[in-house]
Amino acid sequence: MERKQEVLQDVVIKFAGDSGDGMQLTGTQFTNNTALLGSDLSTFPDFPAEIRAPQGTLPGVSGYQLRFSSDSIYTPGDSLDVLVAMNAAALKTNLKNLKKGGKIIVNTDGFDTKNLRLANYPDGVNPIEDESLQGYEVIGMDITKMTREALKDYQMGTKEKDRAKNMFVLGFLYWMYGRDMNNTEKFLEEKFGRKPDILESNLKALRAGYNYGDTTETFTTQYKVEKAKIEAGSYRSIMGNQALAYGLIAASVKSGLTIFLGTYPITPASDILHELSKQKNFGIKTFQAEDEIAGISAAIGASYGGHLGVTTTSGPGIALKSEAMGLAMMLEIPLVIVDVQRGGPSTGLPTKTEQSDLLQAYYGRNGESPIPVISASTPSDCFEAVYEAVRIAVEHMTPVIFLSDGYIANGAEPWKYPSSNDLRTIHVSYKTELGHGETKFQPYQRDENLVRPWAIPGTAGLEHRIGGLEKENITGNVSYDPENHQLMVKIRQEKVDKIALNIPEQTLDNGPEKGDVLVLGWGSTYGVIKTAVESLLKEGYSVAHAHLRYLRPFPRNLGEILRNYKTVLIPEINNGQLIKIIRDQYLVDAKGYNKIMGIPITKTELVEEIKQLTSSRTATASI
Amino acid sequence: METTTAPAPNITLTPKDFATDQEVRWCPGCGDYSILAQVQKVMPTLGIPRENFAIISGIGCSSRFPYYMNVFGMHSIHGRATAIASGLKAARPDLSVWIVTGDGDSLSIGGNHTIHLLRRNFDVNILLFNNQIYGLTKGQYSPTSEENKITKSTPYGSIDHPFNPLALAMGADATFIARSMDRDPKHLQTMLSRSHAHHGASFLEIYQNCNIFNDGAFEVFTEKSSKANESLFLEHGQPLVFGANKEKGIKLDGFNLIVVNLNEGHSVDELWVHDESDLYKAQILTRMFDDPKLEHHLPRPFGVFYQAIRPTYEDMLTQQIQHAKDKKVADLDKLLRGNEVWNIA
Repeated sequence: MERKQEVLQDVVIKFAGDSGDGMQLTGTQFTNNTALLGSDLSTFPDFPAEIRAPQGTLPGVSGYQLRFSSDSIYTPGDSLDVLVAMNAAALKTNLKNLKKGGKIIVNTDGFDTKNLRLANYPDGVNPIEDESLQGYEVIGMDITKMTREALKDYQMGTKEKDRAKNMFVLGFLYWMYGRDMNNTEKFLEEKFGRKPDILESNLKALRAGYNYGDTTETFTTQYKVEKAKIEAGSYRSIMGNQALAYGLIAASVKSGLTIFLGTYPITPASDILHELSKQKNFGIKTFQAEDEIAGISAAIGASYGGHLGVTTTSGPGIALKSEAMGLAMMLEIPLVIVDVQRGGPSTGLPTKTEQSDLLQAYYGRNGESPIPVISASTPSDCFEAVYEAVRIAVEHMTPVIFLSDGYIANGAEPWKYPSSNDLRTIHVSYKTELGHGETKFQPYQRDENLVRPWAIPGTAGLEHRIGGLEKENITGNVSYDPENHQLMVKIRQEKVDKIALNIPEQTLDNGPEKGDVLVLGWGSTYGVIKTAVESLLKEGYSVAHAHLRYLRPFPRNLGEILRNYKTVLIPEINNGQLIKIIRDQYLVDAKGYNKIMGIPITKTELVEEIKQLTSSRTATASI
Repeated sequence: METTTAPAPNITLTPKDFATDQEVRWCPGCGDYSILAQVQKVMPTLGIPRENFAIISGIGCSSRFPYYMNVFGMHSIHGRATAIASGLKAARPDLSVWIVTGDGDSLSIGGNHTIHLLRRNFDVNILLFNNQIYGLTKGQYSPTSEENKITKSTPYGSIDHPFNPLALAMGADATFIARSMDRDPKHLQTMLSRSHAHHGASFLEIYQNCNIFNDGAFEVFTEKSSKANESLFLEHGQPLVFGANKEKGIKLDGFNLIVVNLNEGHSVDELWVHDESDLYKAQILTRMFDDPKLEHHLPRPFGVFYQAIRPTYEDMLTQQIQHAKDKKVADLDKLLRGNEVWNIA
């Protein structure tokens, strides 16, 4: 039979099924396979808060969106080219995001009466049998039946056989995109090496899926996406929380400081704990505390002892840690507080993404309590950004808040990983003895950056007491003196402000230095802003993009940049937080674009918004 | 970066070396003064260089303690001294870490951290100054205040049932449980030394008089006129005797406790002999918690109730890390590279 191969530039696939169907695994396997081919890629896992919501229901749908391209891409895509729907609920939940003419690969067994009822289809309605999917290319196959058939010689229960369904689908997609399956076979061997039955059945289902595509005459076209034209170098695929953990480890190696992670499990931050717990050979100490407060308190104790204390959490955990964050600020000891933001308020949307903790990070403590804030903009950026957080914490003797979010934490992208030699040195200096002319150690004597010395227990001659009470300038003794309090509040603020001298100036990511609209972003909106601005520039609009990593203090030239545009637009996945701070600090009449749905902003939405702000295409726009 | 512990210097330290230039600001007559004096007497005798002591406190009257001790110290936030000390000890097993806390700090706002520290068994010393009242906030009842207590926040009497701190510590599987009192300097010094000597978490409850808001809460145990009859001093391997002339003893009849008079036909041989390693009997001892106003009440025990040897958290953590290092070389470049790499030319 004649087969043709079609070359595509850009594909968005979503694997969707019941949360027990193994869609996350299928997605990550296909992602790793794609990465090895050298396409650029971006992913968006999307799963329910319940571990196993009732089978077959709409809330139980778990999805994994993957976009891969021969161009550079920065988002997982606005709409789908291919939807894999393992059951009726998965189709119903995701159909609205499928492009007209898109492909739907359905497991027909997931559309029986029971599944249709659970997905709230009216009695007698089956979307894959009626006309409702006209305009889409529906590829129906009874994956359940074929998987069982492929495994008929195996001595295992039907339930266990059905667990291999996702491998059948994966195999079929590997065929569809002309892939080699080595990496998945190797992965299965490593995962199930000790359970030969499960290993064999998974491999068999995988190959059965591939062969089904290969031998069935229904499918005549295979698709190929060429390698992306991205910067030369060695790449790997990385997820946000993983990059964050690696950044901490790298900072530990380069600073010589032992990392102590004091934390309490919380979605979507727990993977950082899991990753660091695996890396004990780097001397990392992980401590799963009894609660959020104990997590940060233990980290403070470890920093006091000369380690680098780290605590990781999400929004509700930050609320619990606030008082201890104030203590760390008052003690002026290094500490990194990681907030992988999720939908709030309260318990909110634990598995959905949001950027709604910025104001909490800025202002969420009692008293005048300035703490530097740093954010990551993409999964791989977590590495470099958290490395910076450690550097600032240690070099400036201060707690630092690091903001990531659920979208970044669980997303994956190719990463041109650095060599350890290229990483900037982090300077650590404990005070080891009294200096010349010093007769008594003064714990709050400061250097030119207003940074106080780090004198750790065990250092003879430097015994001293610190605490949360207001302290006298220089000596650190308890002081209730009114003038001293005002002085200390001002000093602590100035100390954080001075960090601006030790961070890079803000640069433009894209666009002209002066113009109609500056799109100012922070965090996980990076990809969509970049994509939207890039496309508008191609159309000739006068629009630029600046993306902030340093949120407190801001880069020293930010005010200057803001004044170079007629309009500043600040898109955020919250109800307007950065915009409040920018307006406050720079008196700029910035406009907000706010989406608060627990999902990322799409390129289409943002392009529309920017167009409304810029009256005309100008000839001066850079392309 | 670990700092190495300097070998113990040959200079002899004195209590004065442990005092700071800060004015002690507890109320005149506060039991805290005696506890401070005993700690300053005991620390120089432990053979540890001054810089290797760290005292962590929370919030409350007792938690001002670090300011008065010339060692490393942190006056932290309410209830969290135990959690901070856990992190410090995990980071620095070489230090002698002491936690100074009160009944509100360690059993109310910080109750969670207290029990978890005990079960993990960090080698730290908890000094719980129990005065059964909130002093710093000027006189509200505490989680150890007796029922019906009239305080500023309980004008009609407290309806809270109090904690029995030592029974709570037993429940959390503490490995060293002891009680002492501010008014018995010798006993307190012994208990402080024993707490230090124990390798694991030491939980020492110290009855401390708040002469402003709860004066005399423990006087029946501490004052000469009643002490001998109301307080039972436990000694390992010795029978449980009390009374002005050690004429009374405690006998175990199954799980029942019987007070017998040795002058009335009973012999010392019949008495319960204290064994610090006996988990079950220690539970009974911690339950000797009668209201001394009741008729036929039992005396209140003081001393070491229980001591057990269990690996400490920090020892196991150190071992686990060493094991991981032995098994796998820490290679940052290898970690960053991962298992699946592709090259773009």
